[in-house]
Amino acid sequence: MGALAQTLEAPTQAPTPEPTLEPIPSPAHRPVTGKRKKWRPVKDQSKFEAQLDPGFAAEIAREVEDGELLHQCIQCGTCSSVCPVSAYMDLTPRRLIAMTRAGARDDVLHSVSPWVCVSCYACTVECPKRIPITEIMHALRRISLREKTYPRRFTTPVMTKEFVDMIEDRGRSTESWISMKLYLKTNPTLLLKNAGLATRLFRQGRIGVKRASIRKRKELRTLLKAVSS
Amino acid sequence: MSAQTVPTRYTYFPGCSAEGVGRAFTESLYAVFEHLGYGLDELDDWNCCGATAWPSVDQDQAHALSARNLALAEDRAPGTDPVDVLASCTGCYRALLKAQEALGTVGPTQAKLGRALAAIGLDSEGRARVRHPVDILLNEIGLDRIREAVVRPLTGVKVASYYGCQLIRPFSTFDDQHDPTSMDRLVEAVGAEPVDWPLKTRCCGGSCYCGGPVIGAMPEATMQLSYALLREAGKRGADVIVTICPLCQFNLEGFQDRMAKRFGHPLDMASGFITQLMGMAMGIDEKRLGIQRLLRWRLPVAPAPEPAAVGAAAAAEGGGDAS
Amino acid sequence: MLPETGFTPETPSTNGGPRIGVYVCHCGLNIAGKVDVAAVVEFASTLPNVAVSRDYKFMCSDPGQELIEQDLRDGLVNRVVVASCSPLMHEATFRRATQEGGQSPFYFQMASIRELVSWVTLDGDEATEKAKAMVAAAVRRVALHEYLEPRKSEVRGDIMVVGGGIAGIHAALVMADAGKHVYLVERESTIGGHMAKFDKTFPTLDCAACILTPKMSAVRMHPNITLWTYSDVVGVEGFTGDFTVRVRHRPRYVREDLCTGCLECIEACIHKQGKFEDEFNEGLSKRKPIYIPFPQATPAVVVVDPETCIWFKTGKCPQTCIEACERDAFDFEQTETFDEVKVGAIILATGFKTFDAGKMPEYGYGLYPNVYTSLEVERLLNAAGPTGGEVVLRDGSSPKVVGIIHCVGSRDAKHNLWCSKVCCMYSLKLAHMVKERTGAEVYNFYIDMRTPGKGYEEFYDKILKEGVHMVRGRVAGVTDEAASPEEEGHLVIRAEDTLIGSVRRIPVDMVILAVGVEPQPDAQDVRRLFNISCGGEGFFTERHPKLAPVSTFTDGVFLAGACQGPKDIPDTVAQAGAAAAEVLAMVDRGFVMLEANTAHIDDELCSGCKTCVGLCPFSAIAFDEERKKASVNEVVCKGCGVCVAACPSGAAQQHLFTDEEIFAEIEGVLAYV
Repeated sequence: MGALAQTLEAPTQAPTPEPTLEPIPSPAHRPVTGKRKKWRPVKDQSKFEAQLDPGFAAEIAREVEDGELLHQCIQCGTCSSVCPVSAYMDLTPRRLIAMTRAGARDDVLHSVSPWVCVSCYACTVECPKRIPITEIMHALRRISLREKTYPRRFTTPVMTKEFVDMIEDRGRSTESWISMKLYLKTNPTLLLKNAGLATRLFRQGRIGVKRASIRKRKELRTLLKAVSS
Repeated sequence: MSAQTVPTRYTYFPGCSAEGVGRAFTESLYAVFEHLGYGLDELDDWNCCGATAWPSVDQDQAHALSARNLALAEDRAPGTDPVDVLASCTGCYRALLKAQEALGTVGPTQAKLGRALAAIGLDSEGRARVRHPVDILLNEIGLDRIREAVVRPLTGVKVASYYGCQLIRPFSTFDDQHDPTSMDRLVEAVGAEPVDWPLKTRCCGGSCYCGGPVIGAMPEATMQLSYALLREAGKRGADVIVTICPLCQFNLEGFQDRMAKRFGHPLDMASGFITQLMGMAMGIDEKRLGIQRLLRWRLPVAPAPEPAAVGAAAAAEGGGDAS
Repeated sequence: MLPETGFTPETPSTNGGPRIGVYVCHCGLNIAGKVDVAAVVEFASTLPNVAVSRDYKFMCSDPGQELIEQDLRDGLVNRVVVASCSPLMHEATFRRATQEGGQSPFYFQMASIRELVSWVTLDGDEATEKAKAMVAAAVRRVALHEYLEPRKSEVRGDIMVVGGGIAGIHAALVMADAGKHVYLVERESTIGGHMAKFDKTFPTLDCAACILTPKMSAVRMHPNITLWTYSDVVGVEGFTGDFTVRVRHRPRYVREDLCTGCLECIEACIHKQGKFEDEFNEGLSKRKPIYIPFPQATPAVVVVDPETCIWFKTGKCPQTCIEACERDAFDFEQTETFDEVKVGAIILATGFKTFDAGKMPEYGYGLYPNVYTSLEVERLLNAAGPTGGEVVLRDGSSPKVVGIIHCVGSRDAKHNLWCSKVCCMYSLKLAHMVKERTGAEVYNFYIDMRTPGKGYEEFYDKILKEGVHMVRGRVAGVTDEAASPEEEGHLVIRAEDTLIGSVRRIPVDMVILAVGVEPQPDAQDVRRLFNISCGGEGFFTERHPKLAPVSTFTDGVFLAGACQGPKDIPDTVAQAGAAAAEVLAMVDRGFVMLEANTAHIDDELCSGCKTCVGLCPFSAIAFDEERKKASVNEVVCKGCGVCVAACPSGAAQQHLFTDEEIFAEIEGVLAYV
């Protein structure tokens, strides 16, 4: 009985803490110490409502045909698991949609995922709600190019811009020229690595040096201007 | 039965890789069609369809690029009948189909495209119908015609058909999205043995325009994906993988040595286009089929019959160029 | 239906002509939020013959009805117009109120200014104008209403239940115990439905057969139940309280009254082993042409399948079965027979079918041998099933790892949009059973875990405690591609484990697909037969999803069980009891009140053309050959209006829908629009 009474003693009252209005810093925020330690922000901090953009989901939905279906996402994860490259994404397609709905605009637009997407459309075909996920990825690319939040050293966005420039100019793309430009802009050493392959392709007649072009180049530019106005 | 109502000449949209990495596809396509008595007329002054790059910049402009091609096709074929436009590159096929849908659905996009086309003196009545050559071979030319043309049945050759992505996704106008069989049936028709394998619709990683490892977009990803395909096809006993996409075909053939080193697994899988396989079975000259343009190609079959026999067969059919 | 309130009419009110009371309801904000009620009341008071014009927040409430009754009692009004919701909602309420006030209930007309005006018009001014027009129409019409009495129609005492699963069985027993005679019609050769296939039921893990077979036995033994198995309904005619149902009995080629279910004939069949697909065992085993679906089949009578029996195919068989039968019960000359019975009410309990997993090739059903559906695994688990209760792969070995995939065919825009309600629970149950029988590692792949019933969440807890692995992610596909050495020789399930944020590839030996619940494939044919409707997804439509879940819009036809929507056994039995209760209410009362809208023929106008006679679907029109005049038997007439529409001389008229009344209504609307 004595032992029991001891355990049932009333605990000492801790003082009630003062209510704070500042956000509580995450314990994982390590201060920068030492010479070479790079400060890395923790991925999953709490998000305060002020950091989120409630209109982002609607913005994306407007950009894409049938885009409003993204509101019906049940987060089942089929898109991520059927995606052949989701392992290479920082945010899987499912997570990207969830963050879009939550309004995490910054995270979503800085994500490499839309640029890793290979446009295979497997997610779109398998989604039980028929959400046009691939088109949403394209829309995110468009916005990230406009707002310059795309990954700078990644080949794909650079390639996209080169490609578009070439078509605007000549109406057709020449693979050899595009590849050349890309090597020089992003990774010149790769040129050396692939020299053997390139020579073989050239000998087989699969690399044309002549620049492909349509005749009515001006007309094409008129068309592009007309549809954007 | 009424007289031949199937057209014998088709408007052909080659696409930007037709003369480049996918040259063998274009050559063999022309060869096979002509051998069967059908002709391909390249759409004059066609422009790039925009592939997957342009939608990443501007969706409306992407539609407009493809729409110009469809409008040109309609322009060149006056009348009220539908105009079939064949696109062999699946990227172009998808982009053009998307434009066909946009032009054919009443709404703001259709109106916008109409105005833009009008600005360059073109218009679309929605007559253009984007088709894929495999669709034409299977459903218009027909398996019977193809079987007739076979002079060297590829008996015992095990063929894995690789469909890739954009032929059946997101639009599937002539085949099943999960279990396509159109190419397999063509393979069967030329006497070869189609191999059933689970990865026939899994992406090869090639849509990072012109091959990931080549331009360094995502070399690791492309290598992994394409390697998985090659390995699985090999496991199922395939002698050769045939495909219909220039990028896929290149990914499959171009890096087998690197993959062997990287994954510690020697590979030697022949990779080519379905039309090349068909052409060989029809006894068409290998040069015309662009066989020499492939990096890895060999078939375990007897050598081709004498050229004389080939000419005779072609002449007997009554169509095409017998040279 | 108007309830009987013992109304005794006074003399038809003609003194002073019609004095109409108009009552406009606010219905809270449902009407008042869009329509300017005060303006409508003001407007109504200006209409001819309107003596009183009032408004109230909720006319259907007691004080609301009291307004009407008081005005009637005070003699201020002798006709009533209520402008409120739809007649389907409260016509009966206000007719009753009119009756309570001492007037014939048919001196009442309703103007629907909620469903037809405030709920469908965007602009407030337009809505008010339309409400005024509709009130004007009702006012003009009701002035012409004639004195009518509500009619009674007798309800026959016998009841039919279509479908012998747990729903049909329970409903039949409840009604039979109440002393009613019940016909239980079942299409298969035995009652029991899907429940007879299960091994154990959730959440109690009761043995399905142990709780079902006593009820099946009770049905068989019950003096008040006529059990017709291997039978189906081929024709329904008549009307609530008086249906004539034609039932077809298919031949078993065995006399039901003689067969004792000894099963010697099956043993004696010249097929030494089963050779034909056993449907009850979901195709996992083979049966002989002569068979009984399962040991406790009720009635315990064998069936001969003419599609596979040699005697029927070739005519050459020693017929060892006949020899083996000590009761001489065989009759290979049997043909289809028919029965026609008259019943007062019908309960449809036709059940469901499972989703065809072959429609999803990505899950490998039919492609890979060790991909099973949940129903197939129930048969494996069942001691009376093809493997005697052992869960094995197709080659007979025991699985070490099993994957259970939820939501197959459900919650999917490409297949069925709805959630099938029972699959999460039965998948947890299968996880438990498989783990218990085989000791295998079990993985459940789900999108959401739906366990809302009594004891269900606790059941989920129990399964979690047993160490079943839960992966929250919808499975993208099942493949036999081995991407790593551990996957060789296994089936691989690919899904994103959304809770940890990684895509996982899990090699398993056996895949179980939790297929969803769908309407029966012939649901459309059945609903046409019984004159009810189906919803967009194909399940039968109940009268009201919340307040009338067992009745339909066809009076006298009720629903029970999964044919109305996916549900588990507790809810099915509850619904079956509810349907039985509503049927008993109808049958015990003994009569239904019918609309007074019968047709009658004006002798002077009738030209004797006989057009109406042949058209009447109820054969209610008699023709006097001597006088050459037609007349309607108002007891039999159901007020369908066909004769009225067809009569070329306008001699046939319908109470409550006379030409004058209809034209008055039209004029009322047009005058103010």
